[in-house]
Amino acid sequence: MTTSASWPDVPAFPLAAKSALADAQMRRNIGMATSTIREKRTGVVEEMPDWEQLREAGRALKERTLRHLDEHLLTLEESVTRAGGVVHWARDGDEANAIVTRIAKSKGVSEVVKVKSMATVEIELNEALEAAGITALETDLAELIVQLGRDRPSHILVPAIHRNRAEIRDIFRRTIGPETLTDEPAELAEAARRFLRERFLRARVGVSGANFAVAETGAIAVLESEGNGRMCTTLPETLITVCGIEKLVPAWQDLEVFLQLLPRSSTAERMNPYTTLWSGARDDDGPREFHLVLLDNGRTDSLADELARQTLACIRCSACLNVCPVYERTGGHAYGSVYPGPIGAILTPQLAGMRAAGSLPFASSLCGACYEVCPVKIDIPTVLVHLRDRSNKERAAASLKGRLDPERLALKAVAKGFATRGRYERLQKLGRLGQWPLARKGKIERLPGELGGWTKARDLMPIPDQTFREWWVEREASR
Amino acid sequence: MRIALFITCFNDTLFPRTGQAVVRLLERLGHEVVFPLEQTCCGQMHFNSGYHDEALPLVRRFARVFRDEPLIVSPSGSCVAMVRDHYPHVAKESGDPELIEAVRTLGERTFELSELLIDVLGLGDVGAYYPHRVTYHPSCHALRMLHIGDKPLQLLRAVRGIDLVELPAAEQCCGFGGTFAIKNADTSIAMLDDKLTNVQETGAEVCTAADNSCLMHIGGGLSRQRAGVSAVHLAEILASTEAEPFGVPAVGSGDAITVVRA
Ligand code: SF4
Repeated sequence: MTTSASWPDVPAFPLAAKSALADAQMRRNIGMATSTIREKRTGVVEEMPDWEQLREAGRALKERTLRHLDEHLLTLEESVTRAGGVVHWARDGDEANAIVTRIAKSKGVSEVVKVKSMATVEIELNEALEAAGITALETDLAELIVQLGRDRPSHILVPAIHRNRAEIRDIFRRTIGPETLTDEPAELAEAARRFLRERFLRARVGVSGANFAVAETGAIAVLESEGNGRMCTTLPETLITVCGIEKLVPAWQDLEVFLQLLPRSSTAERMNPYTTLWSGARDDDGPREFHLVLLDNGRTDSLADELARQTLACIRCSACLNVCPVYERTGGHAYGSVYPGPIGAILTPQLAGMRAAGSLPFASSLCGACYEVCPVKIDIPTVLVHLRDRSNKERAAASLKGRLDPERLALKAVAKGFATRGRYERLQKLGRLGQWPLARKGKIERLPGELGGWTKARDLMPIPDQTFREWWVEREASR
Repeated sequence: MRIALFITCFNDTLFPRTGQAVVRLLERLGHEVVFPLEQTCCGQMHFNSGYHDEALPLVRRFARVFRDEPLIVSPSGSCVAMVRDHYPHVAKESGDPELIEAVRTLGERTFELSELLIDVLGLGDVGAYYPHRVTYHPSCHALRMLHIGDKPLQLLRAVRGIDLVELPAAEQCCGFGGTFAIKNADTSIAMLDDKLTNVQETGAEVCTAADNSCLMHIGGGLSRQRAGVSAVHLAEILASTEAEPFGVPAVGSGDAITVVRA
């Protein structure tokens, strides 16, 4: 099995979305949460006079870094090694999981504590450790809620965004207790704290992801709000960090830009409460042993696509999710991946392949709200239509069914028809004549086949008796 | 001034009224409108649906047909955005230096209607009269790709007799998105529902926008709900005067498709 960023049991987006849309409770939970954070973000962004310059700096930095990623990665390896860390290279999720499992086993532990990390969910590290008899404990509150509820994350920053307080109380009562727990936020946090504190103190291996990895110095940066990440990265004797190769920044100074962009876009804070930075390992402070696992898992394939490559600039702030009208209504699970929303719609197909996630680039109305807020200016709508083209081409190349897809045939025929004026005008007349069985009392209320999706809730006005150009020609003739 | 009208295949076929309104408006303002009959489609539908090879010949055709026109106007924000934002990308992918050059100047010469009126012609008030309660939906591509801001609203505010009411959560997408409305019909309809609720909350008789594609979507939903609200393109409001009203097409009746013969 090669782990990939997509969940095989989730159907294609339209179908998954349909059942998600029926969950009124979830829609309310997500709608409430996203609209609150949306407004807060606008506030803290508007107070920055140089926000646009910062975004441009972030974009340019990432673009330059990705272009020379191979060289920077070697520098990073050198710096980390020099600082006393060990660097491992993992081509895919399986390799990364094997490396982490091997290290944990060599320490003889049956439990590791984890900092919230997207990359490790992407490669299903917890499941791999479980199979080797090692329990991985999530320590981020929202991630813990997901883990205890045997659920899946539905948001990049707040994995349990689809849950409300009452649901969280029930999960806690069932798992970590106490039975008398109420849904007061302070009480819920306290219950989690008591449960986690004990585990932190006895943990000997910690696992983290990375927000940034500085090539120049070998420093790894983790940004968080709760302080639990800091416990995981400082208390255990051994620390293993799984880091996507795109998380690299060349120089220490580059952090200046990203440490401003990320918190404001993400939690709508001026500064996140905890930023933990470390390089390698040392004997007198923090972990004695540090392992950095550099993960590819589809990222170099993405690098090879000149237009789609910008996807790798993502700093996982989740601002695009919070403004997305599609995400707001369907929630994250419909995207079938740890990466939901607009970023998921472009990242997952690149990491997991079109066969697994080919419906995702179409899961967007192309409204452009994501591009507007993205702190590193990823042109998500343009990448979406680019990936649509790739998805269509791969489908057609893969099977006869793909080649005979009705939409494909129709659009190809239309393109041919629009190639000359004569054919175009004939098509217009044909459409007008062909619609008579459908139109009743000046409107079309039912369309056949796939097109019936339109008339589920929308009427269609029939093609009028005269096109604009016919009117124009008539008018010119009578002048 | 000589102004070439790019009507768009969509308006040409489905919304001829809008084209007639643009002609009437610009001629009333003293300009010469030309309509190159060789034009067909800008290729947006193919490009956005992920058929880029099919879009390319349409881009070439558009560039050829409008090559010598100094000023081009279109009553569609999204088609203008296609020309201005996506043509350079399509041309670059084709690797054809002539096409790259041709589309560069094209983007600078092509304007959405409210851009033309305000930025090029310097008009805030076009002398329109429209005695109806109207709410304005800013369509996504005009808003976020062309950045037309409140230009349509500036024009609407100057219309005499109008009762302009603000649309709540105006900048939220209506859920159209071309083939998205069919491929992801359930999600699209969930988005439309919220838009329709907001439109009806305003008590407007007319919902207007700079794009007939959004209006076909919103109008289609309003018609299905028998909401008694019409979807009318901005150009039709601006074309209307006291002496020559352009009229509100009656909802769901054959009127909606009656062609005004000038
Ligand atoms: S794509 Fe941009 S907005 Fe979305 S999570 Fe990544 S950095 Fe944030």
